[in-house]
Amino acid sequence: MAAARLPGLLPELEVIRKDFPILERTLAGDLPLVYLDSANTSQKPQVVIDTMVDHLERHNANIARAMHQLGAESTEAFEAARDKVAAFIGAPSRDEVVFTKNASEALNLVANTLAWARGPLEVGEGDEVVITEMEHHSNIVPWQLLTERKGARLRWFGLTDEGRLDLSNIDELVNERTKVVALTWVSNMLGTVNPVAEVARRAHEVGAVVVVDASQAVPQLPVDVVASGADFLAFTGHKVVGPTGIGVLWGRREHLDALPPFLGGGEMIETVAMERSTYAGIPHKFEAGTPPIVEAVGLGAAVDYLAHIGMDAVHAHEQAITAYALEGLATVPGLTVLGPLDATERGGAIAFELDGVHPHDVAQVLDSRGVAVRAGHHCAKPAHARFGVQSSTRMSSYLYTTPDEIDALVEALEYTRSYFKLDS
Amino acid sequence: MAATDIDALYQEIILDHYKNPQHAGLREPYEAEVHHVNPTCGDEVTLRVHLEDGKVSDVSYDAVGCSISQASASVLTELVIGKPVDEAMAIHDTFLQLMQGKGQVEPDEDVLEDGIAFAGVARFPARVKCALLSWMAWKDATAQSLEATNG
Repeated sequence: MAAARLPGLLPELEVIRKDFPILERTLAGDLPLVYLDSANTSQKPQVVIDTMVDHLERHNANIARAMHQLGAESTEAFEAARDKVAAFIGAPSRDEVVFTKNASEALNLVANTLAWARGPLEVGEGDEVVITEMEHHSNIVPWQLLTERKGARLRWFGLTDEGRLDLSNIDELVNERTKVVALTWVSNMLGTVNPVAEVARRAHEVGAVVVVDASQAVPQLPVDVVASGADFLAFTGHKVVGPTGIGVLWGRREHLDALPPFLGGGEMIETVAMERSTYAGIPHKFEAGTPPIVEAVGLGAAVDYLAHIGMDAVHAHEQAITAYALEGLATVPGLTVLGPLDATERGGAIAFELDGVHPHDVAQVLDSRGVAVRAGHHCAKPAHARFGVQSSTRMSSYLYTTPDEIDALVEALEYTRSYFKLDS
Repeated sequence: MAATDIDALYQEIILDHYKNPQHAGLREPYEAEVHHVNPTCGDEVTLRVHLEDGKVSDVSYDAVGCSISQASASVLTELVIGKPVDEAMAIHDTFLQLMQGKGQVEPDEDVLEDGIAFAGVARFPARVKCALLSWMAWKDATAQSLEATNG
C-alpha cells in the first residue's frame, strides 16, 4: 500500500509485531487477525507473558510476610514493579504508587476515602464535585455515589459539538464550593485529549483536588504525573500491554497520607488489637490483603517494554495511524466519525456511525472478515446521548497497528455496506 | 467466523423484518407497558400488550437496536398477535428453547414460522440476548396485563 511508510510510524514496526504472538494467529476461515480493539484491552508482548510465567514457575510466594527465600524473591519482584511504574509515570516517590485491581477500583478508592476523610479533603453537604459529560462510567458512578451519600452536588462540564470539553463556564462551574474535579485525560469514545493542566490550574485556584482518569492516556502519551497537574491519577495495566487484574492509583503523598484507609485487612496495618488498629504507611495502607502479585510483576515488564520503545515514539505512531484511519474512514459513504477530526488533538480510539447499519451488525460483519472492533456504548452512555446516538462502532489502534490493517478495516466496512445492501 | 457463517446469522427473513418491521410503533389501548434494556450493549425496547377475551389482541413497540433485536421484535408480534395467551406463551417457550439451544435445537417451523430464521443466532452467544430482548419484554408485559385484567 502507498501508506506503508507514513511519517511517524514506528521504524521497527515489523519487529514490534513479532513481539506480540497473538498477532500471528488466524481466525475462522484462515483469516489473519486485524486487532483494532486496543482501547478495550491491548495485546501482550512475549516479554510480559514470559516474565509472568517465570515468576509463577520459579519465584512464586506470598509477599511481605514469607520469611523464606522465595518470599524474598517474590517481594522483591513485586516492589520492583512499583519502582518501574513510578519511573514510567514520573512519580516523585515510589510510595505514591498504589496497586489496585483496575482503574475503576483506583477511582472508587479515591471517591470512597474522600467521603470518609475528616479535614480539608472531606466532601460534605453542600460541597460540589465536578466531572465531565465524556467520562467513562467508572469516572461517573463513584462520584454519583459519593455526592448522593454526602449530600453534595454533582456538576459537570458539557461538550462542544466537535466533541471537546466546553470550558466557557469553567470559572462558574469550578468555584469555592468545589472539592473535587474529576476528568478523563483522553476520552475512550471521542478520542479527545483534554487540557488537564488548564483545568487543574483552575481547580487548584479554588482549592479543589484533581482526579484524572488516565486509562486511555498512559497507553498512548508520555505521562508525567507532576506536570499533568493531577492530585490523583488512575490507570489500568491491561491497556498498557500488561495483564488484567492490576491497576494503578498515583496520588500526591500529602493527600494519600491524609486519606483514611480504603479496605481493611492484612498488609495494610501497623498493629492490630481487639479494640483498634493503626495503619501502615503509604502505599501499603491502601493495599489490604494479598495483592495481584504476578499481575504487578507483569505490569512492571509491560511498562519497561513501552519505556524501551519510548512513549514519544508510541505517541507519534498512534498519531500517524489515527490520521491515516480518519482519512480512510472519510472515504466510506454514510460514515460519521464522533469526536475531533484532527488527529493531533485526539487519541487512537475512533468511534463512528455507519448510516443504515447498527453498530452490532457492523462489528459482526467486520468480525467475519477478521477485523476485531468494539460496538456498543463503550461505557460512555452520557457521551453518546450528548451526540444523540445510542451506540457506536469503535476502532482503536496501538503501537502494533499497521496502515495495512486500517486498509483492511475500510475494505471490510465497504463489504458491510454491500452486505446490508446499502447503495452509495 | 467466515462469511458463510454470518449468512447463517443474517438470514434473508431477518434482514427483511429489520428493513420492514411489522406492527412497529406504540398503540392504544394497552394494559401494561414495559421498558427493557440490554445493559451490555444499550439496546432498548418499550413494549405494550393489550389482552382481550383471553387473547393477545395487540403488541406494539418502540425499539432501538441491532438488526437481530429489531427483527426479533417484528417476528414476535407476527407470531403472538391474535393467539390465545396460553398458546402465545407456549410459542415464547419454544423460541426461548431454540435460542438457548446453542445451535443444537431443531426449530419447529409449524410453531415458529419466520422465527426459525433465528436458529443461526443461537450459535452466536453474544447475539442471543439481542434476539431475546423483546420476547422477555413481552412476557413481562403480558404477565402484568394478566394481573391488571384479573386483579
